[in-house]
Amino acid sequence: MQYSGWKVFWEGLRGNKGWKPVWREPDPKPDYDVVIVGGGGHGLATAYYLPKTFGVRNVAVLEKGWIGSGNVGRNTTIIRSNYLLQGNEPFYELSLKLWEGLEQDFNYNAMVSQRGVLNLYHSDPQRDAFARRGNAMMLAGADAELLDAAGVRDLYPFLDFDNARFPIKGGLLQRRGGTVRHDAVAWGYARGADAEGVDIIQNCEVTGFDIENGVCRGVETSRGKIRAKKVAVVVAGSSSRVMAQAGMRLPIESHVLQAFVTEGLKPVLDGVITFGAGHFYCSQSDKGGLVFGGDIDGYNTYAQRGNLPVVEDVAEGGMAILPLLGRLRMLRMWSGVMDMSMDGSPYIDKTPVDGLYFNGGWCYGGFKATPASGFCYAHLLARDEPHPTATAYRLDRFRTGAMIDEKGVGAQPNLH
Amino acid sequence: MMINHPLLGPRDAAEFVYLGDAALIDRPDWRDENAAEKFHDYLYLRDNPAGEHQELWYHEQGDRSWLVVTRNTLSHDILKVELARDVARARGRGQKAGQELSEPVPVAANDLGVFEPGAKAAGAGR
Repeated sequence: MQYSGWKVFWEGLRGNKGWKPVWREPDPKPDYDVVIVGGGGHGLATAYYLPKTFGVRNVAVLEKGWIGSGNVGRNTTIIRSNYLLQGNEPFYELSLKLWEGLEQDFNYNAMVSQRGVLNLYHSDPQRDAFARRGNAMMLAGADAELLDAAGVRDLYPFLDFDNARFPIKGGLLQRRGGTVRHDAVAWGYARGADAEGVDIIQNCEVTGFDIENGVCRGVETSRGKIRAKKVAVVVAGSSSRVMAQAGMRLPIESHVLQAFVTEGLKPVLDGVITFGAGHFYCSQSDKGGLVFGGDIDGYNTYAQRGNLPVVEDVAEGGMAILPLLGRLRMLRMWSGVMDMSMDGSPYIDKTPVDGLYFNGGWCYGGFKATPASGFCYAHLLARDEPHPTATAYRLDRFRTGAMIDEKGVGAQPNLH
Repeated sequence: MMINHPLLGPRDAAEFVYLGDAALIDRPDWRDENAAEKFHDYLYLRDNPAGEHQELWYHEQGDRSWLVVTRNTLSHDILKVELARDVARARGRGQKAGQELSEPVPVAANDLGVFEPGAKAAGAGR
């Protein structure tokens, strides 16, 4: 069924009786060409691009719970491509370009809103670092604009420019960045994949891998054995647990990231702003609440809840640039489990086991990467070679010293 | 989270800095034949279990001791807290090669986790 304004109008006249479920609920077949383990944003994006772009049609997505029940529904919905390093920036720019055409491509309203992402800077050295980052972005074909304090004041006059500790000296603005309705991304990809014939199988937990002589021939699940020529794991948040079933230890620690939303208020913040001297990022949702977050809690956890010290830290970061936050009441807070990698960058790669592929380690930046992650993973699965923008995301890069460490803090996952 | 410090009693986890898996105590020997591979695994690979996890916490806003905290990563329940020094010695760290300790190392009066330059080391190879 093709969605359109006309369709909405027509269904309105007919009492909305013509709408149908947008994906099937099939039973698993005994074998597939590709089995994707994980029905989150990245898994569903992979399932969408595999048939549509790369012609691989006999595909299933296995999801332990319901699709989109993980981090694709738990993030702060920001999209951007403001990275510095060569291994990252072209990939994230590909992602942003895919976001720009996504709704037309999969015929679903994902509410992609390019409202601008502004990273504030608070000192001269930080301005220089941001200028360098902006130049790196432009070299990869992204847009970047360096604003001085007056430029920021034009956009957001209510920020605390003369804060004694962290005065706002300007910002790096990416106008093409913005926000997306996160759940709709999962649903849109699921609907698109289903229309291409992909079986989306929910409530189907993978309990083991069928590995013979170093070759993966399928998976064992709570709904029986499923054979597959290729098994594609994409379960960020649970990567270590799932890959342990294949006998692998990963360069990943699981950490929890909290996010918050205030009560609804009238339009006040039309873009995304981030604090440059701490960790705080904020945007206003279409319902009016200010959505914000900060650092991860910093200790290994699989519990989808955090602790109070980080709540305090995030609130302090917010108050340092956005004093109006102090008048608002917090409505909700929630958390998601992050695959924190050893250099802060993700993995999209083959594994030492033939036929077993891995995508994960997205730290807390996975949402913006959803389209490119799916696209590049599908490329790898279909052609057995990495997409040109994702060649650096190798699982064995620490062995060769080819880290992609944006922050330069080394193998300390809770600092990325 | 409250961490029940073996010397100081219950302390807020916010006073501590978290390092990671207590396996980081077991640093490989650089003289091993395949030391490069061992150091790769030591530095970059993690078990990352869902459930009981032994981990290193540093009491930076306190007595600056390193602790090994056994904590459940699904519930955040803290099951056991030990001085990292005791755990490391129990695992055989700080001994000269080939030397076995027959009994626990006596803890000197000044040896409460504070390093004093020039102080006589308690036990072997401190």
